[in-house]
Amino acid sequence: MINGISCNIISAKLGGVDVLCGVSANFPVGKWTAIIGPNGAGKSTLLKSLAGLLKYVGDVTVEDVDIKKIPARIKAKKVAWLGQNEGGADDLCAYDVAMLGRLPHQGWLALPSDLDRQAVERALRQTQAWDWRLRPLGSLSGGERQRVLLARMLAVEAKILLMDEPITNLDPPHQTDWLDTVQHLVGNGTTVISVLHEVTLALRADSLLVLDKGQVRHHGPCTEPATHAAIVAVFDQRIEIVKVGDAYVALPRLSLPVAQ
Amino acid sequence: MLLGAGVGSTGFSAVWRAWDDPMAARIVWEIRLPRSFGAWAAGGLLGFAGAVAQGLFRNPLADPYLLGSASGASVGVALALAITGLNPMASQWVARLGLTGAAFVGAVLAVLLTLLLAKGVGHTFRLLLAGVVVGVVLGAATSMITLLSPEILQAMQAYMLGSTGFVGWAACAIMLIVLGVCLTVGTLLSRVLDGLSLGETTARSLGLQMPVLRAALILVLSLATGTAVAQTGLIAFVGLAAPHLVRALIKVRYSVLILLSCLMGAVLLSAADVLARWLIAPQELPVGVLTALLGGGYLLWLMHKGKAGGSIRSQTSSGSL
Repeated sequence: MINGISCNIISAKLGGVDVLCGVSANFPVGKWTAIIGPNGAGKSTLLKSLAGLLKYVGDVTVEDVDIKKIPARIKAKKVAWLGQNEGGADDLCAYDVAMLGRLPHQGWLALPSDLDRQAVERALRQTQAWDWRLRPLGSLSGGERQRVLLARMLAVEAKILLMDEPITNLDPPHQTDWLDTVQHLVGNGTTVISVLHEVTLALRADSLLVLDKGQVRHHGPCTEPATHAAIVAVFDQRIEIVKVGDAYVALPRLSLPVAQ
Repeated sequence: MLLGAGVGSTGFSAVWRAWDDPMAARIVWEIRLPRSFGAWAAGGLLGFAGAVAQGLFRNPLADPYLLGSASGASVGVALALAITGLNPMASQWVARLGLTGAAFVGAVLAVLLTLLLAKGVGHTFRLLLAGVVVGVVLGAATSMITLLSPEILQAMQAYMLGSTGFVGWAACAIMLIVLGVCLTVGTLLSRVLDGLSLGETTARSLGLQMPVLRAALILVLSLATGTAVAQTGLIAFVGLAAPHLVRALIKVRYSVLILLSCLMGAVLLSAADVLARWLIAPQELPVGVLTALLGGGYLLWLMHKGKAGGSIRSQTSSGSL
């Protein structure tokens, strides 16, 4: 199996504190891996390290090349990253924001090419943000805004997509749309790695990486009982995973019996 | 421009008397025209610098003086005044050039000091903080110098309030050249500012080499600000207000915002300059007082007007340091 991106991170610090300590993982090409774990587990730090946006001790390789050796612009074309709760850009219209995803493809002085415009239109239609492409970001709701930012990342047309809590602000139909988009992309050979808090949706991924206290607790297919056990364990037994039809669903497990 | 030529202590008639009266011609050609032109140029520089500063620091409250250039220029002028004992109102050409030079050197040194304290341009927040520290310390230094040589107090006060009164053709030329350079570089870098509006990390993930690009932006920002404060003193509020006034009218990318903000700054300062000369003619008001009143008043009006106000309010509340 070809490695899309793989890492062997010995440590990564944030503000002097070790956030990751010894994380090794391979993310194969054309697969969707979901990263889950409690708050403060180091999920976002791992994602940033994979994108080469953070200092770390260890190795990250993209298609078996050390990420530190890839020139910034080429790296930006290969690996697209979407952060969580990105603020700002209130004055830019949705179309211009999505067009920023084309920056790695554009020369310094070049105006957007037809190719750029097509990519942006595709991305905005994919997240159903095309209709309000001329509205400033500041006038959109949290979910609408998130769809524009998703389009911004899709417009890069990178082969590796890193997304940090991409659907937290989305309503159920758009979460489903996101799932469709990811499955479509993965089907075309794109590697997707996403941090998710929606365990039920994460269980739709090809594999799950369970992270806790900066270490990998488990990395395996979403259908395996061992994966489910690892998820329940890192969430302090406060959820349970139930099979419904072909899918698995995470349900809250209440600590007190419901009063009669 | 015509208004600028026509308003002054000897009245509007100087313009048509300029054809046959050499004295009036000199007043119009050597005092009124260059200062009106200079007001356009200085306003443009400040408007440009304001837009760049707000984009660079991702903060709608950022203004061109943020990196310490204003306080540096003040110290430079205070030192020059204290050493030479000159009064800028009565100064000769040479003395004026000396003051502009001192102000420019002071502004540049202050920005360098800020960069030194912030350990380079790698960290936006450290830059802001270092700028504030440099501003406070140099402000205190200016006060000390003024206290030790009280005879410069009035001249210092005039400088602090800003004036276009000493701008000659040479100064206009300098400002125009700097403005041309800054606008060119700024337009080239406008995509960086667009990218930065999504956050530093996102900008880097898009392949933008932030340290180099930030250094380039700081360079044009400091150059524009340093040139403006050297020629016209500390003109308040133009740099802060101009980008906001543009944004209230139209939401655009930075390539357009920089240009429009530059124009807005020019219009704002030249309007203030004309009013400053006209309101209590034949006396004149310090133009900085009027820019603060005009710009501030208009901004307040926008804030209370509703629709546009919503965006300004939300920006200021979300953009706290």
